[in-house]
Amino acid sequence: MQRRSSIQYKSTEMADLSIKLGQLDMINPVMTASGTFGYGEEFADLVDLSRIGCIIVKGTTLNHREGNSYPRMAETSQGMLNAVGLQNKGVDYFIEHIYPRLKNIPATFCVNVAGSSIDDYSLTAQMIDDLENIPAIELNISCPNVKQGGMSFGVKPDCAAEVVAAVRKVYHKTLIVKLSPNVTDIAEIARAVEAEGADAVSLINTLMGMAVDAETRRPLLSTVTGGLSGPAVKPVALRMVWQVAKAVKVPVVGIGGIMNATDAVEFMLAGASAVEIGTANFVDPSVTMKVVDGIDEYLNRHGYKSAREIIGALEV
Amino acid sequence: MKKILSDFIVSENIHLNDHYILLKLTTEAPLPDMLPGQFVEVRIDDTPEVMLRRPISINFVDKANNMLWLLVHLIGKGTFHLGTLREGDKLNLLFPLGNSFSLPECPSPDSKPLLLVGGGAGIAPMLLLGKLLADRGYRPTFLLGARNKEDLFELEQFASYGDVCLSTEDGSLGEKGFVTQHSVLDKKTFAWIYSCGPKPMMMAVARYAKSHGIECEVSLENKMACGLGACLCCVEDTKDGNQCVCKEGPVFNINQLKWQI
Repeated sequence: MQRRSSIQYKSTEMADLSIKLGQLDMINPVMTASGTFGYGEEFADLVDLSRIGCIIVKGTTLNHREGNSYPRMAETSQGMLNAVGLQNKGVDYFIEHIYPRLKNIPATFCVNVAGSSIDDYSLTAQMIDDLENIPAIELNISCPNVKQGGMSFGVKPDCAAEVVAAVRKVYHKTLIVKLSPNVTDIAEIARAVEAEGADAVSLINTLMGMAVDAETRRPLLSTVTGGLSGPAVKPVALRMVWQVAKAVKVPVVGIGGIMNATDAVEFMLAGASAVEIGTANFVDPSVTMKVVDGIDEYLNRHGYKSAREIIGALEV
Repeated sequence: MKKILSDFIVSENIHLNDHYILLKLTTEAPLPDMLPGQFVEVRIDDTPEVMLRRPISINFVDKANNMLWLLVHLIGKGTFHLGTLREGDKLNLLFPLGNSFSLPECPSPDSKPLLLVGGGAGIAPMLLLGKLLADRGYRPTFLLGARNKEDLFELEQFASYGDVCLSTEDGSLGEKGFVTQHSVLDKKTFAWIYSCGPKPMMMAVARYAKSHGIECEVSLENKMACGLGACLCCVEDTKDGNQCVCKEGPVFNINQLKWQI
């Protein structure tokens, strides 16, 4: 793609920010990462939820999960570790109590689906398939904080393929598969889930990490290890998005330490069609609005008419 | 209660001693009503090692001057940075967060006194709570404890809202020992106890309350990230399952908690 002069084409008109992932139409490429934005409602005083491309709500499992014991979080240099362990009230509760509220909010919601067996995943996905106002799910085969399942499905291509194939049979809307970075070759996993019908892949989930308190000689998390997120993981995430975008034809959603619009644009240049904002929501709860505006500003400044023009536009 | 994200200006950063500051912050918009026990999440800028906001309890709301007071214990990299702020500096706040201490109805002639127990930095929310109780016609008893007299602050203001009892571990001010050893606990019968401070102190207070059949609320300070109930990092194991200290708390009735007391 030829770079255009920023001066010649400078425009004050809004660029076209819309992005499509499978059948999911988004008004812009900015999504929120599961587990960092609750059900969106928690941020409603601070953010115009209708201006977010897609809100991915908290990881939902077939049954209620209490999650791991406290402490579940430790701040590290330019990042944080978490070991929440998919605390949620289960898909029945979501459908009965949370979905009725969400369907009245003018915003786009996607549910992150997690599980510890193939049946868990497909039953949960099937139930969410029936919800009119949930146009997509993100299949979480990459949670590092659950003893059984979760990440174990996402670290081997054949297991990843098996769970995606099972969900694809019962889920008819847009299926995004969230990949773990805790693997030798993430592109291989991406190809495996694409082959089984994933409409998009999102990456990266958190990197397995650990923090220690030297004074007390104890780990800072109850689970000893947890998932690292925040700016510390961004270079790793960017590299993996770049590798996966070259390996698959389906759209890639970039996640990992995106704190501002420039970070988001970098992921898109590396091949992401959209991005998820996670940890940054804790630092600035209104960051999603700034990223939307900042991407628009970038596109205008560089003379692009559409956000789609910068996907994979990295010049190497 | 609507949550607000806004920049404040530092009016004063009073160094009370080498490890406590009183930050007086002001903002253009009139401050909304804030409840006792609620907190703010302060953004710490310009420090590469600190990313997450820091939860700080609201010490006082000076409505006449549109000022918010934060009494801060300088205890780590985030709070050390707050110690370096100067008059005129900007500070971004997310507030007001969390639930609050339960405010009783106006007192009746036979109302028993209320006890507010603050230890260390936990004395901070007791000032606003005491003021709001005084506004309702109560004269609460404050029981404030610290290691030594240098760590007890705002005593004149506390005295303007109620009776002040002091404990210091070294006996440099008030009675020597822990708050739970203070003689006021033997002299008066209280109807309700509110407490904030180090967990061992709150557990001792809770034990006293439970053994005397007194209602007791404590304010917890679990490590948190979002402050909005979204990330589920700061949970406390309660009789209703894991609850977010930032949203369902920070104030819990001791009957809700699973503390071994």
